[in-house]
Amino acid sequence: MFPPIPNPSVSPDAAKPRFGEKDIMRRSASEVTPPAQRLTEVAKLIDVSKCIGCKACQAACLEWNNLTEEIGFNHGVYENPMDLTPNTFTLMRFTEWENPETENLEWLIRKDGCMHCEDPGCLKACPAPGAIVQYSNGIVDFQHENCIGCGYCIKGCPFNIPRISKVDHTAYKCTLCSDRVAVGQGPACQKACPTQAIVFGTKQEMKDWADFRIKDLKSRGFENAGLYDPQGVGGTHVMYVLHHADQPSIYANLPDNPRISPIVDAWKGVTKYVGLAAMGFAAAAGFLHYVVAGPNRVTAEDEENAEKLTEGKGPAKGPPSAPPPAPPSGPAGHEGRAT
Amino acid sequence: MTAVNLPPEVPADIQPGDAVRPGRPVHVSRYTLAARINHWITAISLVALALSGMALFTPRLFFLTGLFGGGQWTRTLHPWIGVVLFCSFAILFVRFWRANLPARVDVTWLAHANDLLAGREEKMPEVGKYNAGQKGVFWAMSALIIVLIVSGIVMWDQYFYDLTTIPQKRVAILVHAMAAVVIICVWIVHVYAAIWVKGTMGAMTRGEVTGGWAWRHHRKWLRELVSRKPRAPAE
Ligand code: HEM
Ligand code: SF4
Ligand code: SF4
Repeated sequence: MFPPIPNPSVSPDAAKPRFGEKDIMRRSASEVTPPAQRLTEVAKLIDVSKCIGCKACQAACLEWNNLTEEIGFNHGVYENPMDLTPNTFTLMRFTEWENPETENLEWLIRKDGCMHCEDPGCLKACPAPGAIVQYSNGIVDFQHENCIGCGYCIKGCPFNIPRISKVDHTAYKCTLCSDRVAVGQGPACQKACPTQAIVFGTKQEMKDWADFRIKDLKSRGFENAGLYDPQGVGGTHVMYVLHHADQPSIYANLPDNPRISPIVDAWKGVTKYVGLAAMGFAAAAGFLHYVVAGPNRVTAEDEENAEKLTEGKGPAKGPPSAPPPAPPSGPAGHEGRAT
Repeated sequence: MTAVNLPPEVPADIQPGDAVRPGRPVHVSRYTLAARINHWITAISLVALALSGMALFTPRLFFLTGLFGGGQWTRTLHPWIGVVLFCSFAILFVRFWRANLPARVDVTWLAHANDLLAGREEKMPEVGKYNAGQKGVFWAMSALIIVLIVSGIVMWDQYFYDLTTIPQKRVAILVHAMAAVVIICVWIVHVYAAIWVKGTMGAMTRGEVTGGWAWRHHRKWLRELVSRKPRAPAE
């Protein structure tokens, strides 16, 4: 068993936050100088093979974060609600999978929620300064007072996690209980889990613990057991132990190789530079042309020609049948036909 | 009544309200009051969209959200202004499309575009109500506004989140951002042309230009107008 995190101390200095503003490593739509010293990275490890699907974690998340899910419908399946919502930061997803090798029906249960990516796509996509921050311990947190509710984070996230509230129009997702972690506690879900399928500690401790679990699973015939810490997003601060780590997608579409979509990279990268350059170039070209060529003015001669044209033809000359033949083939002389 | 019914008599580039009034200088009516109001609603919404969109496009311009009452308001208003732009431009399109149909002279005009920029206006062919550059702006705006409203709706999560998948939304936002860049460049060209070619602004403010302006820049159109009745358009 993994040693449980002790209960909080009641001494006043234990309430002093262990990380905060000064530990912000990335801030959406802002340049920050990362703190010189990085905090020890934390991680939550979800051992899918130990989960019994009791949803204690899902309930604990609602409770700790003071959230109430709407009363929904029973769709005849265990998932409830059917997807993550602005109130459901974590959701148990159930898959009935027939193992082609053994022909056994396996009931795969995965606790879905924010992975706290080392390279967070949500933060990269966000246009609002400071609406998403990443602390140097790896926690990615949304700051609701800065969020404008645009939903760009949804497009940036490779795991389809953030949700926009219809009430306050800001984005919500798992905070990794940053408020609890700040005072030395584990996340509420971890605390509630009766089987220790969820454990929390430093990232290294979690990897070591996962190794131990994977060895155990292998010894029980799960040859492909492994750790899900996808490198496409630089690793994550929520990791899974999967008994079929060779095919993550059987676990309710957990991405096999998650990475920030190349379209998002193009949108937030080259489009911005090329776009700003193109607009700047257009404006500069106009300005330069004006300075060099000067304004295009109507001359007195033009006015005279127009007067001659109108007077010469006089009002209502004949039926307005054939307009004068357009002579577009060559440059029209200045003197035109009107003189 | 309108040009639609009388194609042989009324050239496509003569629009309701276009007329010549002799005098010194000659006055040429180019846009009706309704067309001007229509144009300015379109213009104001386009500028508001460019400003609110640019605020989200790059963090350096995020401060522009202040013009719209903050980030949340910018996010809320932008798509609605887009709807105004789309409707307003649709009406403008119906007004102007015939006069913007391509003509053979456009090719010659484009071939001489360098002469125009270099100030050798006398080398340009005589053109109708719109020259090839103006037509290009018109059609580019038309196409881009359609691209922007379609991609914009795909990104409009508040009402249309469920209509599309996340990969589709990613494509939409990339397309939207690129189309926005292009339309802003087209807009710069359009505004620059109006500033550079003196006497043009009057067309969209008072609805009138001088005869000399029409002679210089749209001589074929002027000739057509003169050869018709000088004042009331053919009924
Ligand atoms: C025609 C209807 C349009 C609709 C429905 C629309 C809708 C949207 C939506 C939903 C967004 C996401 C932010 C938000 O929710 O406010 C957005 C962003 C944006 N829009 Fe539009 N828009 C339209 C037209 C335009 C036009 C004409 C321009 C440019 C002049 C423009 C420029 C932008 C830009 C630059 C962004 C930010 C893209 C980025 O962050 O990379 N939009 N638009
Ligand atoms: S909705 Fe998401 S992307 Fe938009 S401001 Fe809020 S956190 Fe940032
Ligand atoms: S899983 Fe999605 S929401 Fe969570 S940190 Fe990664 S990109 Fe952001």
